[in-house]
Amino acid sequence: MIPAKFEYHRPTSVQDAVALLAQLGEEAHPLAGGHSLIPVMKTRLAAPEHLVDLAGISSLKGIRREQDHIAIGAMATQSEMIASPLLAEILPIIRETSLLIGDPQIRYVGTIGGNVANGDPGNDMPALMMCLDAEYQLAGRNGERRVRARAFYFGAYDTARQNDEILTEVRIPIPAKGHGYAYEKLKRKVGDYAVAAAAVMLTITNGTCRAASIGLTNVADTPLWAEAAAQALVGTRIDRTAIANAANAAEAITNPASDGHGPAEYRRKMTGVTVRRAIERAKLRAEV
Amino acid sequence: MNDIAPTQAERAEKLQGLGCKRKRVEDIRFTQGRGNYVDDVKLPGMLFGDFARSSHAHARIKSIDTSKALALPGVKAVLTAADLKPLKLHYMPTLAGDVAAVLADEKVLFQNQEIAFVVAEDRYIAADAIELVEVEYEALPVVVDPFQAMAPDAPILRDDIKDKMNGAHGPRKHYNHIFNWQVGDKQATDEVFKTAEVTTKDLFVYQRTHPAPLETCQCVASMDKVKGELTVWGTFQAPHVVRTVVSILSGIAEHKVHVIAPDIGGGFGNKVGVYPGYVCAIVASIVLGVPVKWVEDRMENLSTTSFARDYHMATELAATKEGKILAMRVHMLADHGAFDACANPSKLPAGFVNICTGSYDIPVAHLEVDGVYTNKATGGVAYRCSLRVTEGIYAIERAIEVLAKKLGMDSVDLRMKNLIKAEQFPYRSALGWEYDSGNYHVALQKALDAVGYPALRAEQKARREAFRRGETRELMGIGVCFFTEIVGAGPSRHCDILGVGMFDSAEIRVHPTGSIVARMGTKSQGQAHETTYAQIIATELGIPADDITIEEGDTDTAPYGLGTYGSRSTPVAGAATAMAARKIRAKAQMIAAHLLEVSEYDLEWDVDRFTVKGLPEKFKTMKEIAWAAHNNLPPGLEPGLEAVNYYDPPNMTYPFGAYFCVMDIDIDTGVAKTRRFYALDDCGTRINPMIIEGQVHGGLTEAFAIAMGQEISYDAQGNVMGASFMDFFLPTAVETPKWETDFTVTPSPHHPIGAKGVGESPNVGGVPCFSNAVNDAFAFLDAGHIQMPHDGWRLWTVAERLGLHA
Ligand SMILES: Cc1cc2nc3c(=O)[nH]c(=O)nc-3n(C[C@H](O)[C@H](O)[C@H](O)COP(=O)(O)OP(=O)(O)OC[C@H]3O[C@@H](n4cnc5c(N)ncnc54)[C@H](O)[C@@H]3O)c2cc1C
Repeated sequence: MIPAKFEYHRPTSVQDAVALLAQLGEEAHPLAGGHSLIPVMKTRLAAPEHLVDLAGISSLKGIRREQDHIAIGAMATQSEMIASPLLAEILPIIRETSLLIGDPQIRYVGTIGGNVANGDPGNDMPALMMCLDAEYQLAGRNGERRVRARAFYFGAYDTARQNDEILTEVRIPIPAKGHGYAYEKLKRKVGDYAVAAAAVMLTITNGTCRAASIGLTNVADTPLWAEAAAQALVGTRIDRTAIANAANAAEAITNPASDGHGPAEYRRKMTGVTVRRAIERAKLRAEV
Repeated sequence: MNDIAPTQAERAEKLQGLGCKRKRVEDIRFTQGRGNYVDDVKLPGMLFGDFARSSHAHARIKSIDTSKALALPGVKAVLTAADLKPLKLHYMPTLAGDVAAVLADEKVLFQNQEIAFVVAEDRYIAADAIELVEVEYEALPVVVDPFQAMAPDAPILRDDIKDKMNGAHGPRKHYNHIFNWQVGDKQATDEVFKTAEVTTKDLFVYQRTHPAPLETCQCVASMDKVKGELTVWGTFQAPHVVRTVVSILSGIAEHKVHVIAPDIGGGFGNKVGVYPGYVCAIVASIVLGVPVKWVEDRMENLSTTSFARDYHMATELAATKEGKILAMRVHMLADHGAFDACANPSKLPAGFVNICTGSYDIPVAHLEVDGVYTNKATGGVAYRCSLRVTEGIYAIERAIEVLAKKLGMDSVDLRMKNLIKAEQFPYRSALGWEYDSGNYHVALQKALDAVGYPALRAEQKARREAFRRGETRELMGIGVCFFTEIVGAGPSRHCDILGVGMFDSAEIRVHPTGSIVARMGTKSQGQAHETTYAQIIATELGIPADDITIEEGDTDTAPYGLGTYGSRSTPVAGAATAMAARKIRAKAQMIAAHLLEVSEYDLEWDVDRFTVKGLPEKFKTMKEIAWAAHNNLPPGLEPGLEAVNYYDPPNMTYPFGAYFCVMDIDIDTGVAKTRRFYALDDCGTRINPMIIEGQVHGGLTEAFAIAMGQEISYDAQGNVMGASFMDFFLPTAVETPKWETDFTVTPSPHHPIGAKGVGESPNVGGVPCFSNAVNDAFAFLDAGHIQMPHDGWRLWTVAERLGLHA
């Protein structure tokens, strides 16, 4: 429970942080809230030699509206997202999801940037960001680039982020007004990661589903965007058959691991259950 | 004299004695972060110890290379079995009559077993150094299933005792066998089963779990080489026993060993045993001559220091068609892990598990327990259950449900029919206990009325019909449990620890100004002894509880006692406290007689004073008497006002209770929601109702955790699964049901104040109640017995097996 030795750095600008990462190489990790990184260091599953703390970089803070996007600074904490009136109005699913992360102590320090950059399929934000078709803004030694959340995750802890890159911002397209949404997370207790979870966004007009998007948490070695499951809803009235088809399609793309929270088969089936329940709730919330 | 004299009731209220919901005095410091725990002990020059542990569950150690660790700057020493061997300390005796390795000698027997103890200048260096200890293993076949441990071709686990076929509890049947323990009349029981109209037989598994106290196990050992004295601060539930053990092991005379248990952050049995960390810290301090601290981390706590349960109980009942239970027959397989280090009285290898006939008048019974070794961590402690009572009560309370179903009876009716009747007390059970007092039917009826039992069953019936019609995906379960606890170990004719009888003690000193310091041989770990013992004394001596300081845990000042576990503090040390107070009151009466110039027999006790019979205005208060005890005594009477009592209880006490649980299970996720939980406890005289309620809330929360999710499991290679709070289920306030508490009062006839103890009742009664609710939910689908823990995926698996997802 005691981490190996490391050097601590606290730059005050993105530029300096990137320069440090570039200079220190593989053994340097950005540090945000530390609530994913420090636990693995304490068990010595990770032993980075350098930590580059992003807490001193004020430009990484804040939640803003920019034309057709919401931009969330990487260092915005989960509790700041919960408290944001802007998100509550435009993207209430972020609030709903954030409230299901860890417990209040964790949410006070855990950041959106850390949550999505971590690459742990158990984190809740990545699947949501896939569902919302968010983009991640990355700054590295070769300049800036944007990567869609849907193209960011390669495997457990394996992402499109280069070692010298910092994720500076999460950019989310503003969804249609009156959309239905739900994040349904099955967990044993407060502070647990999901057994399975589903993020659902729906647009319904005249009783027919016009658009749908579904993301899945912790049921494969990456978060999943369940494209076929969402397609099973589009054009339907989201009746029982359509929901069952979506749930089945979602289950079909899972590849969960077995652990103390349940065997793989359970998690696969719980994917279907959470998808079904999320769709039902989202449908109730949508303006039809 | 123009003030109106306070009434008797007002004077009594001022004392905050028995029955008062007095606020816990220790919470003033606990809630302000001012507790003083072992890890708060910081001594000049103190070093830190940490363990290199085994990655294998069963392996021969081919070599241990400590050179790299020793070369790390700041490392002062690295101990291995080779260093301890010359001191004969590589093994230590266990409370159960076995030995346990301090540091692995030639072999490791469970994952995370201690191999080397690194001592360094700080924790960080120690943590780095353990990574540098290089161990070469030769893997051996692993046994994790207790049923396989005694197979003819099972791997030999304990090379050190493989040929010793006579164990601490008699002959051993197999090299992996520890003991066979039998109680009751086998022949008569077998006869009944041959002819009984109805019989049941089930295997009830009570999974391995862990008490997981908030504070882990830790100690600081400090050897003063000049004085030749050793001081050990530690998380000890039984500090005096530790002192005796340390003295025996170290050869340091007992008066030169000082053991101090400061504030303890929860014990629940986990802090009864003596662990390698203590021994190594002590040896290191003796060798190096400086203080050495050892603090366990959470994973070490969950995976190495004492687990609880791991009992596999084949349970049979025989009854008439009308539901009169005729006999009980039980065979239990007890998985003790690599060493038999369970914390039971020496003569009772399975504790008080022979309470398993429960609250019922069962004419004959036979119980057989076999203990076996496996490649798992050692221990086997109470976990807030007095010495395996929870296992025994789980067996009978599940079996009753199974029998009721087979008979087509309501399980409450079956219980009513078989409960021991009030007039049968003192009641001698078929397995040898003498229940002191009880009024079971009254308690059960009160509980039935409180929960509205018939209405609940009617609701359940309607819901089951709705379920069959496909209108709901939830199953409603009603859990019932009527339990009898056995606490207050214990009479020295039954109970000893390493040969020391399980009495307990209190010493009370009244100061000249009428305030008091009192010390006991027990040790609170959160139970609020500082509050409740003072209340006992307040009522006995008429001194306000606020003027009484209670101290425990320092073996230099406290009288010898056997510590706190098994709900024994109130039954044993609480009794000693009342008895010591009574000695003081007897002397006070003599002094009062002297002061009032009357005969002792002309005085009567009146709340806080002695009054001359018939002349209420002529009195001496206890405060006045205390002063006189130091300057104005009757001729021949020695000065001072103090007393000591060592109390060897004549019997155990037998708290009991009736619990009900209402639960809804979502068959699509397997998630169970407890809608209602009602707990009626009868713990005899109630000293502090608020503390009782707190104890019941805590115990029920643990019971909920155990029944609904806790498990320390192992894979086939003996890797311990889930030894962190990521996996080990520790519910938060959000998941924890709301508790409704209630009570009846049936005092213990043999306890000086009639108190029985309560801390563990809710764990004993709660676990079967939850499990019965789950089993009841599925019972109409003929699911058969469903094993714990009842977490989501396991209940989903039951629903899957029953075809409910089709
Ligand atoms: C008990 C507990 C329960 C939890 N439960 C949940 C839960 O239910 N759901 C959930 O989603 N999470 C959960 N978490 C994790 C928590 O939300 C973390 O805070 C979050 O995953 C990571 O955010 P962080 O700011 O703490 O990142 P850190 O731990 O500091 O960093 C995580 C990783 O991301 C990298 N990183 C961080 N920021 C950046 C950046 N801006 N650019 C590039 N790389 C970066 C770090 O180098 C590191 O590898 C839990 C944590 C704990 C301790």
